[in-house]
Amino acid sequence: MNMISSAAPPLDDPRDRGGPAQPLLIARELRKHFKVKSDSGTAFVRAVDGVSFTLFKGETLGIVGESGCGKSTLARLLLHLVRPDSGELVFDGETVAEMRGITVNALRRQVQMVFQDSYSSLNPRMPVQDTVAFGPFVHGKSKAESKAVARSMLLQVGLNPDLFGSRYPHELSGGQKQRVNIARALAIEPRMVILDEAVSALDKSVEAQVLNLLRALKADFNLTYLFISHDLNVVQYISDRVLVMYLGAVVELGPVDEIFSHPLHPYTRALLGSRPSMNPKQRIEEPPITGDPPSPIDPPSGCRFRTRCPFAEPVCEARIPELGAWTDRESHVAACHMQVADSGHSRAVGNA
Amino acid sequence: MPEMDGGLQSTGSSATGSGLAAGSSNLVEVEDLSVRFVTREATVHAVNGVSFAVRPGEVLCILGESGSGKSVTLRALMQLLPPRRTRITGRIRVDGQDVLSLDRAGLRRLRGGLVSMIFQEPMTALDPVYTIGKQITETIVRHRGGSQASARARALDLLELVKIPSAAQRLDNYPHELSGGLRQRAMIAMALSCGPRLLLADEPTTALDATVQIQVLILLRKLQKELGMGTIFVTHDLGVASEIADRIAVMYAGRIVEEGPVADVLANPLHPYTQGLLASTVHGQPRDQDINAIPGSPPDLRRLPTGCAFAPRCVQVMAECRAGVPEERRPLAGRMARCIRVPAGAVLADAVADRV
Repeated sequence: MNMISSAAPPLDDPRDRGGPAQPLLIARELRKHFKVKSDSGTAFVRAVDGVSFTLFKGETLGIVGESGCGKSTLARLLLHLVRPDSGELVFDGETVAEMRGITVNALRRQVQMVFQDSYSSLNPRMPVQDTVAFGPFVHGKSKAESKAVARSMLLQVGLNPDLFGSRYPHELSGGQKQRVNIARALAIEPRMVILDEAVSALDKSVEAQVLNLLRALKADFNLTYLFISHDLNVVQYISDRVLVMYLGAVVELGPVDEIFSHPLHPYTRALLGSRPSMNPKQRIEEPPITGDPPSPIDPPSGCRFRTRCPFAEPVCEARIPELGAWTDRESHVAACHMQVADSGHSRAVGNA
Repeated sequence: MPEMDGGLQSTGSSATGSGLAAGSSNLVEVEDLSVRFVTREATVHAVNGVSFAVRPGEVLCILGESGSGKSVTLRALMQLLPPRRTRITGRIRVDGQDVLSLDRAGLRRLRGGLVSMIFQEPMTALDPVYTIGKQITETIVRHRGGSQASARARALDLLELVKIPSAAQRLDNYPHELSGGLRQRAMIAMALSCGPRLLLADEPTTALDATVQIQVLILLRKLQKELGMGTIFVTHDLGVASEIADRIAVMYAGRIVEEGPVADVLANPLHPYTQGLLASTVHGQPRDQDINAIPGSPPDLRRLPTGCAFAPRCVQVMAECRAGVPEERRPLAGRMARCIRVPAGAVLADAVADRV
């Protein structure tokens, strides 16, 4: 399985097993509950509670949701940085961490991650060029080769290696540090990068630069992105498809234009309606929904959004709405009883 | 406790020397404020000659990126900066009082009484070992006197004012027992407890979730109008500013580079930095094109460039830009920009649009 080559990855990547139609990553019913102590003994934070989705080759899938919705835990599950309690991961046709599947190490060679905090994710005692060279070295390249890779990667992310290579993280600005993190992620030539709030901590003017860089690198290196963010405007700009999470579950999944122009789930609509107007003459007068997201410890029964949903009915408490089946990149599905005919909801599709 | 019922004794009517017209009608007047942090290694020029005024009942948003000096300016208004390392020059007048000359007793009266502040992180701003109710009643008794019971009744009213559900029970909650949005509401209740004339808000909605942020913004906007407080609202988010501001002041490298009514500034920014900030804020740009980002990064506040601090990143830079710090120019009523490309005298709006 040694696939590292020093040349830029060609478009027909030898690591590509199933061809362009085969999804790069399939997550099935991923689940992770964290045990916590509560007043009444032990309780479980249902951080990720049965999440399934498909990531197609070459796309950018945006994941949005508020704090506590499980989007960061989900990212960690995908790399086995946190082991899932149950569920299945299939990377380019191979099951992850199963007999006859792909090992976690081999997976991490193909999937890399960039975190939100650009400083704490770099070793403060290592010059950034050594940090970038570390990955290729660990994965079997010689010292000299690794150094050459690191220098070329720094150049790719817009940092002159002669000027910045020998600097330590504290000598760089936030935007420069995040560029180093991106260079490090790309240094072992992954096929997929998970960007977990990677631009959220940056100033707006720097955020725009890094977004442009990410777009350029995606084309140059033939990458697939999983882009996690709470910022809907950024997700709209960078994503091809969007997955909306609420309290550990997927509530809506679809192409970005569909999600932003015809959101199906009331939570997605509330999220979109909560964006500041950017127009002082058309301010938002009433908040789309009230209250805070409930705790993921003991989430509401049935539909988790029902406690804040303006359309909640008894059926929403009684049954968990299913996220419909998706087939391809164009599928648009939402986990809401109103989207299912005969669900028992008075506003269900088909009901007059 | 010494007598402090004399309260907000005025330091006289020395506002005459003020360069600001009709100084008496302003709630806040800041003139040529500079803040430097001095350490053995270096001197950080955090705020460099900032002047602005806030009228009673007006919301001024100070907009800027990290390191622009927006929070330092806000903290200077309440003297919240570490005194030993901070050098402040200039003048700050709040409701006629010269804040920089106040002694410790005077500052205690000012903070939480005449002026109060809400912060970005309510978990660190609130005291974790006291209940919400205790913290609010303490503030009320300290500034207003009266009994614990009456202060507690007022605290309950305040929690209801900020729309905390089941307020009576929440009074006895500790901060960690509340969600982020409720905690922020509790902090707002505490800030409002003594009827401040000036509310300082330092990114109060930045740490909140999107659906909660808009609730708190709308609440703040409503309370500010109802109570008629002058408000200075610091934010890095153009969207937040457009939801709450009457006027905005854009800061860059410790200077206000542009100021004006919020709708005018957003629709027709004069300063290249404001223009760049608007263009680089992701908001419905076409997905197949690069965002028009400002190149480079903000300057090192230990070594500010001579002249316009934005010159090294400015696409319209000219040689004169580096000669000296651009003067304030006021080409339109209520508008100010520090850029030499902006016409110095008053002109018509169309003409300005043509020039910049």
